[in-house]
Amino acid sequence: MSTFFAQYAWLVPVFPFAAFAILTAMGKGMSKTGAWIGTIATFASLVLSLCIATERLSGNAEDYSNQFTWIEIGNLKLHAGFEVTNLSTMMLVVVTLVGFLVNLYSQGYMKKDERISTFFAYVALFTSSMLALVLSDNLLTFYIFWELVGVCSFLLVGFWYQKPEARAAAKKAFIVTRIGDLGLLIALLLLFWYMPGHALDFTTIHNVFDSQGGGAISTGITTLIALLIFLGAVGKSGQFPLHVWLPDAMEGPTPISALIHAATMVAAGVFLVARTFDIFDASQVAMTTVAIVGAFTAIFAATIGLAQNDIKRILAYSTVSQLGYMMLALGVGSVTGAMFHLLTHAFFKALLFLGAGSVIHSVHTQDIREMGGLGGKMKITAWTFGIGALALSGIPPFSGFWSKDAILTAALDKQPILFVVGIIAAFFTALYMARLFFLVFVGKQREGQHAKESPSVMTIPLIVLAILATVAGFVETPFNGWFGHWLTGGDAEHHASGLVMVVSAAVGLLGLYIGWLMYVKGTIRRDAVSSRMPGLVTVLERKYYIDELYQWLFVKPLQGFGKALELFDEYVVDGIVRLSGYSVSALGRLNSRLQNGQVQTYALTAIIGIVILIVAIAGRRFW
Amino acid sequence: MSMLSSYLTLAAVLFCIGLFGVLTKRNAIIVLLSIELMLNAVNLNLIAFSKYGVNPSIAGHIFSLFTITVAAAEAAVGIAVLIVLYRSRATVNVDEFDELRR
Repeated sequence: MSTFFAQYAWLVPVFPFAAFAILTAMGKGMSKTGAWIGTIATFASLVLSLCIATERLSGNAEDYSNQFTWIEIGNLKLHAGFEVTNLSTMMLVVVTLVGFLVNLYSQGYMKKDERISTFFAYVALFTSSMLALVLSDNLLTFYIFWELVGVCSFLLVGFWYQKPEARAAAKKAFIVTRIGDLGLLIALLLLFWYMPGHALDFTTIHNVFDSQGGGAISTGITTLIALLIFLGAVGKSGQFPLHVWLPDAMEGPTPISALIHAATMVAAGVFLVARTFDIFDASQVAMTTVAIVGAFTAIFAATIGLAQNDIKRILAYSTVSQLGYMMLALGVGSVTGAMFHLLTHAFFKALLFLGAGSVIHSVHTQDIREMGGLGGKMKITAWTFGIGALALSGIPPFSGFWSKDAILTAALDKQPILFVVGIIAAFFTALYMARLFFLVFVGKQREGQHAKESPSVMTIPLIVLAILATVAGFVETPFNGWFGHWLTGGDAEHHASGLVMVVSAAVGLLGLYIGWLMYVKGTIRRDAVSSRMPGLVTVLERKYYIDELYQWLFVKPLQGFGKALELFDEYVVDGIVRLSGYSVSALGRLNSRLQNGQVQTYALTAIIGIVILIVAIAGRRFW
Repeated sequence: MSMLSSYLTLAAVLFCIGLFGVLTKRNAIIVLLSIELMLNAVNLNLIAFSKYGVNPSIAGHIFSLFTITVAAAEAAVGIAVLIVLYRSRATVNVDEFDELRR
């Protein structure tokens, strides 16, 4: 089939990058126009991505790749290039679509911010690097853009740098993800070392590890590489134990939380594992690790989500939990399930974040205990948020149900215990979403809050995302495995499992029902749990004390070490520097005293020199 | 052989006395005289070697004659410079001549 648009895929990241360049060059003087430049550039990328997608949807389109030699040292060549596959096409569409809607939404949300053009420049840079990351055909350029999205995340989390919390969160986000990035870098170097011909492109990686029987790379090294790559994914996708940065990253503007910390960048870790899946597939240990970490993160973050009071933090823990689901899917071998959940999650989580942003924009608080009864005033936000909540809770026929179903079916086939963990996490998910929704939109309106619906530039993205969150699930149902077939090229691995569908829908509904009883009907008292087990609730509210633990285990010792180094620098290093400076100037003073204009002194000096010379030469024989 | 070493010892003593005078005396005339003393010590060496050296030859005599001539010329120039200096500075004390420092 034709690959006409795919040839121009490199243009997709170029549009937002051009917008970034223009916005940076123009400076702050163009608040309104600047916002439109960013939006239009992303829209251009969206159109091109949709063209590429349409072209590839026709079925048997061949993968298109194009590369050039980037660096050539001796007979060592490093390539850079782009590759259009069905996987990257899907990511292109997700990123540009969510990116465009977030751009549109930000025009309303960030309207009063005086650094709005800087904001749009950062967003454009992020979109550009994320798209380039998706298109990269080798791990090296992938890694470069991987770091670049990390930088953009840092810049945007710390966008309101006047707030100390935002500064701290930005630093935390950057440093914690760097731990993972280091793993990825080491994996990259190991791959470079062990791969035949030092090839780093995904096609060669696929070919080498797919035919593992040839034994090109030993099993131990394969496992090591896979685990290090996974470490990178853990950092970026906020998996346990490196999840701590993601909830704190909510200090950034809400559209950023939707774009970077829900839909796209945090999914890059999942994308990375999916892209290098052959390495994982070749190592049973790595697969098991991925599955266990994913399942544990899913349930771990979901329980924390139950006890949080900040609307964005609940959603952040929900994101961590859902990313755990995706990792679980990858760990049990279902790339389709992971990418499918990534797709639907991108839509409904972006929807939820933008809805939360709409609420925050209206009531100027993030604490759900200070909200209530907003449903009457903010009808569009409430309805779309409700749809997002239903999709996240896995209620049929919304998209989240189908993707969660795909993951749970795969888990049940592989390892029933993982399935049970997934089901329990699904129950908690439904419960905290019910709590969130009912506390915010139902109940009594608070005194003195003049909530009103957000402007249409903010509600239109909500509506679009709500539609997508509803229908996106139908691309891959147990009855129609079209998406999986399209994505992996294999036969539909997703088979109908009545048990899984019934159970997952049931726990979702049960969670919502309990939430309804607790927070609307009042049949179950809200403090039913907290009064009986106050310890448990405190532990959940404090997020299992992970932050405190890291504070004591890593941050404090490192700060102490830094202090020691600072003292060493001040007294030892600086001491040596000052000493050498002082001794040279002392020598200078001595010599300038010698330079007194007296010929006799000069003569004396010369004679001393001669005597030394004679003694040295004559004394040689005694050595 | 003992003749040579006694001449050389005498020359070394003369040279050291001259050197001491050059380095320590404040009066420029005495400094000039001390230089003459050092030159004469050298002349003594040359003569001693030409008479009692390993290969006695006339060359040492010739050299010492040259040295005496050059020393005479040097003394003439030195005295002339000193006179000019004395006229402009009214002193021959070497401590006061520190123009090299500038």
